[in-house]
Amino acid sequence: MAEADEDLKSRRTVFVTVGTTCFDSLVRAVDTQEVKEELFKKGYTHLLIQMGRGSYIPAKSTGENGSLEVDCFTFSSSITDYLRSASLVISHAGSGSIFETLRLQKPLIVVVNEDLMDNHQSELAEELAERKHLFCARPQTLYQTIADMDLGSLIPYQPGDAAPVAKLLNSFLGFPDD
Amino acid sequence: MENSNNHCLSITPSSLVLLSIIGFITLILIRVLYIIHRSSQPRSASSQQKPLSTLIVLGSGGHTAEMINLLNVLQKNSFTPRYYIAAATDNMSLQKAQVLESSWLSEGGVEEVGSAKFMQIYRSREVGQSYITSVGTTLIALAHALWLMIKIRPHVILCNGPGTCIPLCAIAFIFKILGIRWSYIFYVESIARVRRLSLSALLLYKLRMADQLFVQWPQLKSKYHRAHYVGRLM
Repeated sequence: MAEADEDLKSRRTVFVTVGTTCFDSLVRAVDTQEVKEELFKKGYTHLLIQMGRGSYIPAKSTGENGSLEVDCFTFSSSITDYLRSASLVISHAGSGSIFETLRLQKPLIVVVNEDLMDNHQSELAEELAERKHLFCARPQTLYQTIADMDLGSLIPYQPGDAAPVAKLLNSFLGFPDD
Repeated sequence: MENSNNHCLSITPSSLVLLSIIGFITLILIRVLYIIHRSSQPRSASSQQKPLSTLIVLGSGGHTAEMINLLNVLQKNSFTPRYYIAAATDNMSLQKAQVLESSWLSEGGVEEVGSAKFMQIYRSREVGQSYITSVGTTLIALAHALWLMIKIRPHVILCNGPGTCIPLCAIAFIFKILGIRWSYIFYVESIARVRRLSLSALLLYKLRMADQLFVQWPQLKSKYHRAHYVGRLM
C-alpha cells in the first residue's frame, strides 16, 4: 500500500486530449522520439493519449529501461479525472478542454489544428497564451515549445462570471435582480 | 372635360398593381424599422414579473458549457417553461441540459416538475457536407425550424453560437414583424471568438435581429459598438 502511494506520488503524467476531433498530426507529434525524450528529461513518467477519431495509433510502451510509459485510448465520457491526475496537459484548441484544464489549474499546452477549414480556434489559444495562461503551439513546433517552456511563468486563470450577463438580461426584461 | 377624363383613365390596372406593391413594400419596411427600434428597447413596465417561456439553443461541447454557466445564474422561475433545442446529431448537449435541470429540481431551485422540454432540430449543414447537397438539407432544416417555432412560440430566445440558432432567430424575427409573437432575442458570442465575430453573430448583429448581443472579449466590443461586454462566462 505504502509502495503504491509512493508509486502514485512519483508518477507524473502528461495527458494528451483531442476531444471528439480527429487530430492525427498532434498524436503523431507527441509520439515522436524527440518529444518523448524531452518529456522524460523534464521528469514526466507517463504519457496518456486520448486520440479521438484519429486513425494514427501511437506505439504503446511499458516504460522500462528509462523511458516514458505510453498508453492511449479513443474516447471517455468524462476526461475530468484524467485532467485531474495529470501533471501536464497537451490539448487540442477546443474551448471546452481549454477551460476545463485551466479551471483545474493544470499547466497546459494548446496545439492548434491547422487542417481545420474555419480556423478561428487559434484566436482563443493565442489570446490566452498572450495573457500567459497557457502555451500555444502547432504540431510542428510542439517539441520546441516543450523544450523552451517555463511552467513558473504561467499565470493562473481567473474563472469568468456569468452574473453580469444575467443582470443585464434581467434588467432588459424588467425582472428583479437578486 | 374630355381631357380630365382621359387623365383619370390613365391609371391603368397594371399601374394600380404596381402602386399597391410599392405601398405594401413601404409598409413592410416601416414595420421592420419599427420592430428593430422596439427590439432595442427594454420590456415595458406593465408586463413585468410574469414568467417568460424561454428557448435555449444549445451547441456542441464548449458552446453548451458556456450556456450552462449562464443558465446557472438565471432566475429559473422567471424563465419558464424552458425549451432546449440541440442539433439532432448532438446527443451530448441535451443530456447535459437534462442533468442540469434535474440538479435544479433536487436543489429546489425549480418549483415544478416538467418545466423543461428537450427537442432536437435538423441541421442545415453537417461539418464537411458539400454545398450542393446542403441546399436540400437547408430547406428541410428551415421547415423543421418553422414547425418547432410554431409549437413553442417562445418569449425569450437564448443562444450562444451554433449555426442552428440562425433559422430559429430568423423565424422569431418574422413572427415579430407579423405580430404572431414578440420574442426577446439574446445572443452571447462564444468565448472562442476573440478578434472576429462568428458568421451567426455577424448576421444577427448586422441585420439587427438580436435584441442584445454580448461578446466576451473587449477587442470585439471596440469593433462592434452595439455589443455588450461585461466579462466572460468561462
